Amino acid sequence: MSQKEPLFSSKIKNTFLGPLNKNNPITVLVLGICSSLAVTVQLKPALIMAISVTIVIGFSNLIISLIRNTIPSRIRIIVQLVVIAALVIIVDQILKAYVYDVSKKLSVFVGLIITNCIIMGRLEAFALGNKPWPSFVDGIANGLGYGIILIIVAFFRELLGSGKILGMTVIPDFLYKAGYENNGLMILPPMALITIGVIIWIHRSWNKTLIEK
Amino acid sequence: MNYSNKYIIIYSSVMVVTVAILLTFVAIGLKPQQEYNRRVEKMQNILSSVHINTTTKNAEDLFKKYIIKQIVIDSKGNEQKNIVAFDVNVEKQIHLPQEKRLLPIFICKTDNNEIKYIIPVYGKGLWGPIWGYVALNDDKNTVFGVFFDHKSETPGLGAEIATLEFQKQFVNKKLFDENGNFVSIKTIKGGAPKNDEHGVDAISGGTITSDGLTKMLFETIKPYENFLKNKNIEL
Repeated sequence: MSQKEPLFSSKIKNTFLGPLNKNNPITVLVLGICSSLAVTVQLKPALIMAISVTIVIGFSNLIISLIRNTIPSRIRIIVQLVVIAALVIIVDQILKAYVYDVSKKLSVFVGLIITNCIIMGRLEAFALGNKPWPSFVDGIANGLGYGIILIIVAFFRELLGSGKILGMTVIPDFLYKAGYENNGLMILPPMALITIGVIIWIHRSWNKTLIEK
Repeated sequence: MNYSNKYIIIYSSVMVVTVAILLTFVAIGLKPQQEYNRRVEKMQNILSSVHINTTTKNAEDLFKKYIIKQIVIDSKGNEQKNIVAFDVNVEKQIHLPQEKRLLPIFICKTDNNEIKYIIPVYGKGLWGPIWGYVALNDDKNTVFGVFFDHKSETPGLGAEIATLEFQKQFVNKKLFDENGNFVSIKTIKGGAPKNDEHGVDAISGGTITSDGLTKMLFETIKPYENFLKNKNIEL
């Protein structure tokens, strides 16, 4: 028996920090773009989406990792999909019961978490070959990496597009009177793409190792 | 590792059954709460047709306060006892022949003590169902306010029926012409003439949704004709 790893070893730390920075699923791997364009018009749906995805990735990674030695490799994709789909349905049902208005706004995108490439990617790349605890950390970290970008994009889109944060007006009245106007383009999907592009740009100029030679 | 076919079949069967049982429990456990949310939403929609703004928290209280009576009638205008209007599923009723339909009406008393009649409507848009509520003044002819919503109309085009801008147009339009014939309200492509009492501007780029809305208004309000024409129904 190998020696038991401490709960927060440096390896776990790297597993956790990687997706937040140099392996970020959106800005570096460019996965999960579809939903990040669609649900970032306002901060609240983006927040709920980020939490939902984090929970689904975390627990599907954990479950797959727990049963990884029993899964016949020929049907492993199907097993992964069943686990993801079950978790997504549970999340969807809970949203419908407790945050009905947000679940209406997210509409099909909750169901589409099933097809979010980040989740399948993490299951294939990490959970099938690692122990439950690191897998769980990896899942949560990837969810957070996805969520952070979602929240940053939604923050700017809601602020500049509607002059609000979490539904509360923050742009003072006198600015509107002085001729300031909300940017209607921010509400439309193209500006989400451009915002993500700007984030990628900033991310790369800050972390030079990401720049391809 | 190589697994036998038997192992794979048993493995997948056990997995599927486990997941199915789990999901059933979740769905049954959360059903009452979801059902409640849907009822609250319906109350909010009904009240929004009489220009009363609600939140999910106060909708139930405001509904009790303003909706003083709910009745169900048949197409002859006779009241059907023992049926609660709120529980009538309008979607199912529109598939029945006119004579057999249950027609719910919500009667609202506003802050100025005016009586409004609220009629639920249901129809087809381009991609899916559209529905709403039409509130009439106590002359049972002039529209006081409307509310429309949709399941999956195109955002920016057909989905505009759910906006206040579009719904505002219906205020003060009339269902009957001067001779007392039922003409309903139509959406008119290219814009309705200014003094048209029975027409509103259709949505550019949302022709099929607009036409669906016209059809919905005509077909679901038509069965109420006897009730609407009879000005002396006692409440």
